[in-house]
Amino acid sequence: MSRRFRLGLFALAGPGLAVVLLLGMHGLPAFGHFRGLYGVLANRLEPPLRHATDIVTALNFDLRAFDTLGEEFILFGSVSGVALLLRQLRDEHKDERNRDVADHRFADASDALRVTSLILIPLAFALGAYVVVHGQLTPGGGFQGGVVLAAGPIAILLAGRYFALKALAPAWALEALDSIGAGAYALIGLGGLIFASVYLQNFLPLGTPGKLLSAGTMPLNSLAVGIEVTGAFLLTWTEFLDQALIVERGAR
Amino acid sequence: MSFLPYVVAAWLFVVGLWGVVSSQNLVRTVLSLTVVQSSTYLVLLGVGYRSGAQAPIVADIPASSRLVDPVVQVLVLTDVVIEATVTALLLALVVQAHKRFGSVDPADLRTLRD
Repeated sequence: MSRRFRLGLFALAGPGLAVVLLLGMHGLPAFGHFRGLYGVLANRLEPPLRHATDIVTALNFDLRAFDTLGEEFILFGSVSGVALLLRQLRDEHKDERNRDVADHRFADASDALRVTSLILIPLAFALGAYVVVHGQLTPGGGFQGGVVLAAGPIAILLAGRYFALKALAPAWALEALDSIGAGAYALIGLGGLIFASVYLQNFLPLGTPGKLLSAGTMPLNSLAVGIEVTGAFLLTWTEFLDQALIVERGAR
Repeated sequence: MSFLPYVVAAWLFVVGLWGVVSSQNLVRTVLSLTVVQSSTYLVLLGVGYRSGAQAPIVADIPASSRLVDPVVQVLVLTDVVIEATVTALLLALVVQAHKRFGSVDPADLRTLRD
């Protein structure tokens, strides 16, 4: 499709889109005056019934836990898709001759950048772990913390050591993290089926609100999601970096 | 100005769509799509807002506080995850398209028919 044709089509469809947008916006509740009952009930019921203080996480891992299961597997499926799309093709080979010189754009990183990235690694790990395990108490949870955790190893790339990153987090380990996280979430749900006769039902003691171990299965769910997201994001990033740094055109 | 967030959302939507339509670079197409998607965050969060209300974190606020709607916030979280995965998949396709056709201009992808 040529650019000209696309622009023509857009000009043709534009007025229709404008009408639909205006009609749609007209039906929205006025800003600040939302009257949906679902959220009000969740706000009122989740703290006493589930002992969670972050209602967003409580919704994510309790009321809408089944949706989160679907979200988990969307992530899992799409990461598998990326790995499949970026596989080593028949007319490609991996060029790992320059393992030690780390020949890439960040290879000439200054000493200051290298030290900073070294300091960043434990900080990112600590913050990520904190965000994952405090999901039911304060803003955060498995999805958010998992991304922060994945950012830790990526700091090694900033230090100009991509092959060290590959050694620390090889593809098989990342795939394992991704699968273990996704599987663990489904298995925790199975625990609900066994002990409370409803899939993904909260079956653990609820504990004291505001304590680290409270809200029943929510911290476990959060941990499972955190593990999966860490693996999934690192796998995606390293697949792309492999394409840029290792995979070469032409059979060996 | 109670409609301003929605106006911004509509603007983001249209600007992103224009980016997709007018793009001559597939990477720009993918990034424009993320702009389109960010308009949905604004709509969702705007819809769920209640004037004078606080975030739905009840750790250290009085039990009678007005809270914003948490459901839309969960939906935004889902939305963000979907955006990340869709972007990764599309960029992977762009990488492969570049390998096959040596170009990232969508107009050059006509050879797909072969």
